[in-house]
Amino acid sequence: MSIKLFVPRDSAALALGADEVAAALLAQAKERGLDIDLVRNSSRGMFWLEPLVEVQTPAGRVAYGPVTPEDVAGLLHAQFQTGANHPLRQGLTDELAYLKNQERLTFARMGITDPLSLDDYEAHEGFAGLRRALSLSTTEVVQQVLDSGLRGRGGAAFPAGIKWKTVAAASAPQKYIVCNADEGDSGTYSDRMTMEGDPFMLIEGMAIAAIATGATQGYVYIRSEYPDAISTMREAIVKATVAGFLGADILKSGKTFYLEVRKAAGAYVCGEETAMLESIEGKRGVVRAKPPIPALKGLFDQPTVINNVITFASVPIILARGAAFYKNYGMGRSHGTLPFQLTGNVKHGGLIEKAFGITLRQLMFDLGGGSASGRPIKAVQVGGPLGAYVPERYWDVPMDYEAYAAVGITVGHGGIVVHDDTADMSKLARYAMEFCAIESCGKCTPCRIGSTRGVEVIDRLKRGDNPPQQEELLRDLCDTMLHGSLCALGGMTPNPVLSALNYYPQDFGLAMPATGVA
Amino acid sequence: MLTALNLETVERLVLAKQHLPGALLPILHDIQEHFGYVPDDAVPLIAQQLNLSRAEVHGVVTFYHFFRQEPAGQQMVQICRAEACQSMGADKLWAHACSRLVNQGGTTADGASTLEPVYCLGLCSSSPAMVVNDKLHARVDADKFDRLVAAARSVA
Repeated sequence: MSIKLFVPRDSAALALGADEVAAALLAQAKERGLDIDLVRNSSRGMFWLEPLVEVQTPAGRVAYGPVTPEDVAGLLHAQFQTGANHPLRQGLTDELAYLKNQERLTFARMGITDPLSLDDYEAHEGFAGLRRALSLSTTEVVQQVLDSGLRGRGGAAFPAGIKWKTVAAASAPQKYIVCNADEGDSGTYSDRMTMEGDPFMLIEGMAIAAIATGATQGYVYIRSEYPDAISTMREAIVKATVAGFLGADILKSGKTFYLEVRKAAGAYVCGEETAMLESIEGKRGVVRAKPPIPALKGLFDQPTVINNVITFASVPIILARGAAFYKNYGMGRSHGTLPFQLTGNVKHGGLIEKAFGITLRQLMFDLGGGSASGRPIKAVQVGGPLGAYVPERYWDVPMDYEAYAAVGITVGHGGIVVHDDTADMSKLARYAMEFCAIESCGKCTPCRIGSTRGVEVIDRLKRGDNPPQQEELLRDLCDTMLHGSLCALGGMTPNPVLSALNYYPQDFGLAMPATGVA
Repeated sequence: MLTALNLETVERLVLAKQHLPGALLPILHDIQEHFGYVPDDAVPLIAQQLNLSRAEVHGVVTFYHFFRQEPAGQQMVQICRAEACQSMGADKLWAHACSRLVNQGGTTADGASTLEPVYCLGLCSSSPAMVVNDKLHARVDADKFDRLVAAARSVA
């Protein structure tokens, strides 16, 4: 009677020694004459517990973590393979509050299945969406996506259905589906987890998009910093093609869709959709002016659907369970769920999928347990490096695209980076400008030159070189970058800079304003 | 200077992928994977095969941080310097790494190590993070850094 054990293959787990733990388990179990069936599953996304080892018991899966190779002997000695007590025992995985309080629609299989097992995928509602899509007309499929209220999860939050409708209506000899998997934002990894942990879900979403719009070729543009995601996606595509879910004749429907991974090359700006297209075309990742929009003139000048990984990954459940099911989650015009990524200086960092409406305070404290250092949380950057630093006064604003925009902050891709009170906000503001300078594509002057000058002005401000003048200059520079840049790299770099300046002026050696920024 | 054998390899790698739409990046990746960098001598060959100018190919090689025009050291150490890692002490770790390997990053004179910044490995709930010779490491502090770098050196 073999014992089923789960050790994740997610790269965050690997970075914490999961492979060494798996090797130790297999070797030592063999020594003890135990018959082990080891599954390398995806990660549950509770990263403070990784490597998280689970044991299948009649009562359910029991979690142990964080496990090091040195812990293995003790675990086996304590008979952990029966779910027995041990200092690292966390309890029944499904009962853990961190997971129980989530609403995992997109991340339903995360941590549960073997990422590259088609059987496992299909046993958990996999390809139900694709099968349903093939039974509907292309117009009906697009309508489902429209009705669900799904908005781009990359950060721009544009209604996905409208993009799909535009491409479906366009006539061209070739149409494309492109997945933006460049996930360059610090504090984000939901795309990475999806590609490493549930790759068939992304494939299914893109195949549905292809069917709905008449596209026959797709690309997944994956950042070069994600080698495990690249190899897992490539392997998943081969398996899906052999099984008939991709290729010349999908599930005998007569529809064609070929999918290919393209490896990016370390340029943050290629997360901007038009720079990404240039890169896939084999050129420098320079931003294009819009119009024309990619939906009409995109990859190789053809109509192209470009969506983020999570956007595509949300489509199968919409088709499988119907648009209304998905639309019912959330609030206002932010329908559905978002897989938030709680990161940085936080005790219980991880993947938290919830309907829109939860607050930053609830995420950081109720789920996150406060800072990792134990020191007060000073600032939180939400929405990636181009997002504002959110001061405490906004920690109770519901995470909803419009509610956040109303107070000048961005939900973005759902990345949350927590900083404690040792953070120097002037240093972080300088870094924002410096990063922009390093990553600028160089096409537009406000970004290319503005970011370099921005670093210099902040340095002069910090040196005490006529501070009021430097502050005015910095604000003026930010105004130019905000309104004059060709894309969001230059256009949104002022967000972290101005929020640092406005909410933490003391870090720049400036006094708090008498009539404060409300 | 690339030998005749090396140039043959470049040609083989170009021919293998030149049919792909937007072939240049996949080809450059294959070349760097084989040689460890993109040799200057490879550029005219690539340009000719793909019917591009040498300036265009050079422009692509130099645009992307991933492509290098010179070989890296035996041991490649990349430390994440982005915001989530900064919140958990990446700046201190970088300073420590510089003092141990190469001041301000780069390749050591003896070619043993290359130290570089990287901007986000997607391990943001387990910061600070780094890569040593393609192996990922998280929750890295100065002591862990010293152990990992020493261990990687002894394997090399």
